[in-house]
Order: sequence, then C-alpha cells, then structure tokens
Amino acid sequence: MSQDTLFDKVWDLHKVSRLPGGSDQIFIGLHLIHEVTSPQAFGALKDKNLKVKFPDRTVATVDHIVPTDNQSRPFKDNLAEQMIETLEKNCLEHKIRFFNIGSGNQGIVHVVAPELGLTQPGMTIACGDSHTSTHGAFGSIAFGIGTSQVRDVLATQTIAMNKLKVRQIWCDNKLSKGVYAKDLVLHIINKLGVKAGVGFAYEFAGPAIDELSMEERMTICNMSIEGGARCGYINPDEKTFSYIRNKLYAPKKEHWEKALKWWKSLNSDEGSIYDDVVKIDASKIEPTVTWGITPSQSIGINQQIPLLDELSPNDKLVAEEAYEYMSFKPGQSIKDIPVEVCFIGSCTNGRISDLRIAAKVLKEKKVSKNVKAFVVPGSEKVAHEAKQEGLDQIFMDSGFQWREPGCSMCLAMNSDKLIGNQVSASSSNRNFKGRQGSPSGRTLLMSPAMVAAAAINGKVSDVREFLS
Amino acid sequence: MKSEFTLPIGKIRQIKGQCISLIGNDIDTDRIIPARFLKCVNFDSLGESVFKDDRETLKGRHPFDLEENKNAKILIVNSNFGCGSSREHAPQALMRWGIKAIIGESFADIFYSNCIAIGIPCFTLPKKSIQEIQNQSKVNKFLFLEIDLKNSLAKSKDLSLTLEIKKTSRKMFLSGQWDATSTLLQNENLIENKLNDLPYLEFNSHVT
Repeated sequence: MSQDTLFDKVWDLHKVSRLPGGSDQIFIGLHLIHEVTSPQAFGALKDKNLKVKFPDRTVATVDHIVPTDNQSRPFKDNLAEQMIETLEKNCLEHKIRFFNIGSGNQGIVHVVAPELGLTQPGMTIACGDSHTSTHGAFGSIAFGIGTSQVRDVLATQTIAMNKLKVRQIWCDNKLSKGVYAKDLVLHIINKLGVKAGVGFAYEFAGPAIDELSMEERMTICNMSIEGGARCGYINPDEKTFSYIRNKLYAPKKEHWEKALKWWKSLNSDEGSIYDDVVKIDASKIEPTVTWGITPSQSIGINQQIPLLDELSPNDKLVAEEAYEYMSFKPGQSIKDIPVEVCFIGSCTNGRISDLRIAAKVLKEKKVSKNVKAFVVPGSEKVAHEAKQEGLDQIFMDSGFQWREPGCSMCLAMNSDKLIGNQVSASSSNRNFKGRQGSPSGRTLLMSPAMVAAAAINGKVSDVREFLS
Repeated sequence: MKSEFTLPIGKIRQIKGQCISLIGNDIDTDRIIPARFLKCVNFDSLGESVFKDDRETLKGRHPFDLEENKNAKILIVNSNFGCGSSREHAPQALMRWGIKAIIGESFADIFYSNCIAIGIPCFTLPKKSIQEIQNQSKVNKFLFLEIDLKNSLAKSKDLSLTLEIKKTSRKMFLSGQWDATSTLLQNENLIENKLNDLPYLEFNSHVT
C-alpha cells in the first residue's frame, strides 16, 4: 500500500469517514458540472427532496452539446437547446455559478477550471466526465464520476469510494524536438496498456515531466483514463504556482503566501512508497499516431502497423477487430495514410499552446484540397487569446475553419461529425469505434502539430519535416 | 422491446436469469451507448439504444438483437468492459434493456462504480471460466445462472463457479445500502467538521 505520496496526503486529508460497507467517504473540494451528466442528478435531488449542500463548491459550464458554427440561441438542435436550458434552470434554482456562452469564461470544463484558477494543488476535484483527471496536473486528486455520484456530491459534497493504489510513472530524459506531451502519453498507454491503470492513480514524475509546461502536463494527466487510471497527477512545483498566480480565482494577498506554504508541503515525500513504479525513456519517443480502435494501439511515425504475431496474446483479439474496422493492413506504414478530416481541439489538446504550435506549422502553408480541417478552441479565453495573437488568421489563411469553443468532434454530440468511414487526424483522446459521430468513422490520434502536418499533406506526416 | 422494467431497490441477494454473452475486450461506453443518445435529460428511453451502432453494423446478428436473448438478465463479458467515458448512461441503458448483473474478466473503474451506484452487481472470473460460460452459452442458447451474492456463487445445471466481487460492494448490496446518498448524509456533522480541516477553503476566493 502506498505511503506518503501526494495521493495519500490529499486522500487522508479529505477522508470524512469509513463507511459501513468499508469504502471511504471523501470530501470533494471542487465539483464541476456540465449539461450532459448533471440533469438526471438534479432530477434525483428533487425526487429525494434534497438541496445542494454547498452551492459555492460547484461550478458549471456548458461544453459537450454546444454547436461550434453558430451559437445563437435557441440552438438549431432542439435537444441541445433543452439541455442547456435545463442546466441554466438548475444553476439558477440552486444558486450555482454558471459560465454560460458569451460570459467570456465558457469552454470545455477541463480547460476552463484551470484557466480561472479554480483548480489548485491539494484539492479533491470531481466532475461527471472521465477527463477530470486533467486537473491532476496541478497536484490535485481529480477523477471522473457518474451521474449518481454527481447527485451524491450535490447533496453531500462527498462520495463513497475505495482508495486507489498509486503507480509512479517515472519519465527519464527529455522529449526530442517535434515530440510533445501527447506523444509521451500515447507512448505510456501503449507500453502499459489500456487497463493497467484500473484501481490505480498514476503519479507522473521525472525529468521529462518537470520539463513540461502546465498545459502539457494537463495533456498527460488528461489521458490517464485512457490508460485505465481514473486519476493521474503531478507533484506541484514553481511552474504550477506561477501558472495559478493572478488567475481570477487564485488565492490573493496574504492568502497567496499561506497557500504557497501549504502547496509546497503536499509533494510526495522523498522516501514515499508506491504500489508500483514504471520507468519510461522520453528521449526515445517519436511522434506517435494511433492506428486502431483503442488509445494503446499506437506506433511511432516511422513504424509499421504491427503484425498479429508481434502482439501479446492478450492484445490479439482487439488487434484483429481493429484491422477489420480501420481497413488497414498489418505491416502497413502509418506514414502516408490519407486523411480526410483534421480536427484540432478537445480537453486534451485545445489550449492556447496547442493552437500556437499548430499555427506555427501551418503558417504560410495550405491545407490539402482533399481535407476538411477545423480548429475548435478549448474555451472563450483560448479563442480570445488566439485572436489577439493573430492565430485565428493563420488558421483561416491555411484553409482551417475557425470555430467557437466546445467539445465538438472529440465525441460528436453536436453537428461536427465524421461521415461514413472517413479517416480523421485528431488531437482528441479517443479513437473508439464510432467515437467521432459516424458508426464507421476512423480516428487517428496524434499531437496538434501532427494534425497540422497531416492537414497540409492530406496524409499522415512527420511534423519534424516542417520544423527544421 | 422488453415489457417490464423495474428499478432495483433495497437488498440484492440473489439474481436469477438467462445469460447473454458478448465477446470482446475493451468494449467502451461509447459503444454501449453512442454519444448522440446522451442528448436527454432523463435515462428513461436509453434501453432501446444500447449498443446501437454495433447492432446496426451487425444487422440483427448482435447478441442484443437475437430472439433467444430477449429475456436475458446476466451479461457475460471479457476484459476491461466499460472503459472510456464516465457516462452513467451506459449501465443505465444496459439496465433498462434488462441486464441485472454482469460477470466479466475485468471492468473499467468508473463503469464499475456506476453499476454499483445503480444496483447492478459486477462480478469477475478468470479468463478461462468466462470462456467456459461463453462456450456453454454457444451450445446452450438458454443458459441460466443463479447468482447467490452472499456466498458469491453462480450455479447452473452443469456449472458451479465462485465469483469475485469487491467486499465493499457485496456488503452494500446485501445490506441494501448501495444507494449511497442516504448513507453519506448520515455523517452530516462529520462533513461540516471537515470544512475546518481543509486549508484551501479559506483562501479559495471564489467562495463568496
């Protein structure tokens, strides 16, 4: 059992009681909600005649269903309109802070909370969304929950949960040029597999992690869940503190000093005990692309789709399913596979630094005629900043469509969808069958820089050729 | 479509029913319920959309479309079932289709806790035993299992299997305390006290 890690410290601090069944009752410091997984929770409160216990510890925004082409109300899609109206009504009724479209602070919930300074070290953070693990980048313990648990947090500010084990993923050396956080996390998931993290929290550490910016760290923690880990985190350091400083909801004045002192005490102790430790050499990683239907089915840009014989017995079943679904041949190079749609956005890679990197690749280049390319900023703040820097113009000049913020084609709950068996190069997090809105649509996950390179060439390409 | 559907309530000690076998590892919640069906403000009509895209692709040959499975209650799956999105809509859709318990090689964490929270016990068995059930249900289209939660046993005419389930989950089902809200609310004083322990509540400036 782990001891003296950040996870242990934060868990123990938030433990309210040991429940009769044997699981822990954990206090949730920050609860984030959105329109998709909260309406039934509010419905359940009503049925049970309960109130929201601490309305100021819940913050709402709208992201999954929002259209990205035309956000004027009412939305064209009646069901989407009904969902945003329900959220508006629930927030009003229960006095919950809501960052609506046009507030300047709306966006993907996992982009918005950090940029507002709501996400801070040492907190427990829960949200009805599996990518809540993103917030662990700040040294918080953050995890996705289902709607019944959203109900529990609203009613009690606590949930029942079994303590997770802790696996440290030590990333040695540095990423090389043209290789990004997305490549690192895809590589980790490939090495460990999509279910290795079940029952674990992942602590990402080591020189390669220290080197990353806060936004890159968010990309890493975001995809912990794709490795099966409900929670991923990074010990906070000076980069963490300076990112938070001066954010809208960051501690101010004398509180800042107090906060800083406490945050610095949270890191995993030198002699802390982990349930498991895994080492990764970051310097050996190439730009990485998925070829299959799970996020672990990835290879370096210069590699070939693995043959069945090269895979472990446990991976064969899903590999066969992937060859068939993707219509790719074992042994085929991933490089030069034609792409039809290019999507930059999502809670994994829809932040300002992602847009900057992609814009750098696209500057004075044109998107291939055969490609539909669009960029969806992660939040209104990201969009605003990008416009101030002229990035929107670079994207549009290259042939990318510039859209309004939301989750968009990461999960295709709005009208941004693949059609038929189109192949998309996507900066999002899941390449599941049908994930991007078409039951036969094919998703290749990669970094935003790699999506930009694929857009220019109309096929999977090595972004390093654009960076020299 | 199925006729009767009742939400589980209270103590869950025994589940009897026909098995439905679904073969495949890493079956994610997007496949269990595609995102377009999440555009709803209640869970009521999700049952008919469970595995919608997989079923359409298989044109009637999907296990959830086979006539012989229409009354099945116990779902048999392989490893990492329910990975991906945290959408509770996935177990809600399975439950509304008629599933009352799931036996698999392994489950994704969030999916597992969603199942427990709505009253669907999830059990694990080694790969070999799962394959044995899956093979048996190929031969015998109407394979019935009787699950005894207290003793973690599953029995059929020819099979007797010791199931694994987390102790905490088993206790909750046997005592009827799997619907967590009321249990959590019993500790209201402790929750209030916790407010004093957390340093950041003081310096969180969004609290007005």
